Amino acid sequence: MQPATHRVIAPADIPALRRHAYRIRRHALLMGEVQGQGYVGQALGIADVLAVAYFRAMNLRADDPEWEERDRFLLSIGHYAIALYAALIEAGVISESEIENYGSDDSMLPMSGMAAYTPGMEITGGSLGHGLGIGVGMALGLKRKQSHSRIFNLLSDGELNEGSTWEAAASAAHWKLDNLVAIVDVNDQQADDKSSSVLGYEPIADKWRAFGWTALRVDGNDIATLVEAFDSALESADGKPCVIICDTLMGRGVPLLENRDKTHFIRVDEDEWRIALKQLDDTYAHSSDAAGSEHS
Amino acid sequence: MTTQPRLKTSAMIASLAAEGQPTTSAPFGHALVEAAAADERIVGMTADLGKYTDLHVFAQAYPERHYQMGMAEQLLMSAGAGMAREGFIPFVTTYGVFASRRAYDFICMAIAEERLNVKIVCALPGLTTGYGPSHQATEDMAIFRGMPNLTIVDPCDAVDIEQATHAMVAHDGPVYLRLLRGKVPRVLDRFPNYRFEIGRARRLMDGEDALIISSGLMTMRAVEAADLLAERGMHVGVLHSPTIKPLDAQTILEEIQRHPQRPVYVAENHSVIGGLGESVAALLMNAGVHPEFHQIGLPDAFLDAGALPTLHDRYGISTQAVVKTLASRISLTHAS
Repeated sequence: MQPATHRVIAPADIPALRRHAYRIRRHALLMGEVQGQGYVGQALGIADVLAVAYFRAMNLRADDPEWEERDRFLLSIGHYAIALYAALIEAGVISESEIENYGSDDSMLPMSGMAAYTPGMEITGGSLGHGLGIGVGMALGLKRKQSHSRIFNLLSDGELNEGSTWEAAASAAHWKLDNLVAIVDVNDQQADDKSSSVLGYEPIADKWRAFGWTALRVDGNDIATLVEAFDSALESADGKPCVIICDTLMGRGVPLLENRDKTHFIRVDEDEWRIALKQLDDTYAHSSDAAGSEHS
Repeated sequence: MTTQPRLKTSAMIASLAAEGQPTTSAPFGHALVEAAAADERIVGMTADLGKYTDLHVFAQAYPERHYQMGMAEQLLMSAGAGMAREGFIPFVTTYGVFASRRAYDFICMAIAEERLNVKIVCALPGLTTGYGPSHQATEDMAIFRGMPNLTIVDPCDAVDIEQATHAMVAHDGPVYLRLLRGKVPRVLDRFPNYRFEIGRARRLMDGEDALIISSGLMTMRAVEAADLLAERGMHVGVLHSPTIKPLDAQTILEEIQRHPQRPVYVAENHSVIGGLGESVAALLMNAGVHPEFHQIGLPDAFLDAGALPTLHDRYGISTQAVVKTLASRISLTHAS
């Protein structure tokens, strides 16, 4: 039996998106505190992008994560699971009470994202360079079914090292997959070092354009800019896949972590989680005051 | 003194059929067309080897259901996973070497880990081309046997391939099939009760002097060898085990224990490392059953290039080589 009405996630305006992004950051920090570790730097950096994807761009039902007409969000980068869990909690797909189980035995929220464990987690990520290829197959499948659903694939700058990402990029343009949106998180950090030192990735946008994509490059921590980019990606129906390249700052919203030396796995000491939460709350309160005064 | 003319390597995929042997052209392609008529979920995808995996037959019949993915095997497997996620049954084709060596991680994590309904159909299993190690998938089963959730099928002939194609459609989950393509011999027709079933081994011939357990084209060799040995008064049983994983443990153990004194030969068109032979050996050790045990298979080596008949003789998997291996052992036993 289908419920009479579904909890549809309605497109939010900019102040609401800011609040969702703040809350996504908060859920992520709380999960990090449970484990005493986690990829919170990445989660804080990508929270604005996830807020715009989940509360503006994507067509979803919170109570029916397998709804056939949903847009599909593919997380290639399995270690960003903490960020996606936070977004799924904020969207009401996962209960907030699951936060305390993050990364624990038998939890639905394992450290690396896997499809079988978590509602709303479409694919098993973690082996990098898989997501975009899976996205190509799903986008082809959706077109076969004459579905209007879209595929969103979040990948990292490090994932651009993988040859399979470019096999998929060439294929998406060849098949004119305008129902596929790639989102690249450029935080210039991968496992060993800065991404630009490990394997230079610039000029990113030109590379995607040369592969036949529409490429947009934006400040991935600016909600208003992200809204414009996602809106324009969804409006385009020119037979081209679209990539939104998002420059983000790891640790964004928590000055303690923004200013810490960047590593793939940012260290947070036991006594710092509460400080980080306080700083996040302060940053948000300050920015909403500022936003409020701009509009007054 | 005259020298024998040296044989030529011939085409990439040399025919395995002996002269006068009945064959079927492109059994997989035609069976897939038939299956696709009954099931709209079936799509075909290839990495620039449609013509060489008999998928071109499907592509001609259903151009709208055929996806040419380019020479990109990692993409082929990922996109196959994506298609399966959307409810389709993709048959993805390439050569065994490329699927097993190049695309392993993509089959493992994008397909097998989530038990997606992708059928991986790969030509040039074992020693079925004279082009050398770049094209000879001599260790594909060894590579794939360690992958959870993946069913591995090594069909004998056109009959097996036709039936296995339909069986793969009915089976929910990922399958790797070692494809013989082109003009493929039909040998299982002579066993009217034979039926391919995933996970089932079948006794084709009975005999008390030795037992051959075989898969793939080595079952053709085993049957031919058993016929030739019978003319010499030696009676060899043949148990065909076309599913390598999951292995039909019960049938294999029962067959061995029916005549426990028989020497057991496991014959496969694959390295002696990690294929059917070692699967059966592990099964027997675990079950505490210890017959006289031999392997007939390819050596743990990168194999030579050349003509297939030359190579099959050289590496001991031609019919004559199998006859020789068994005859020497059986006459020894009979003499003692």
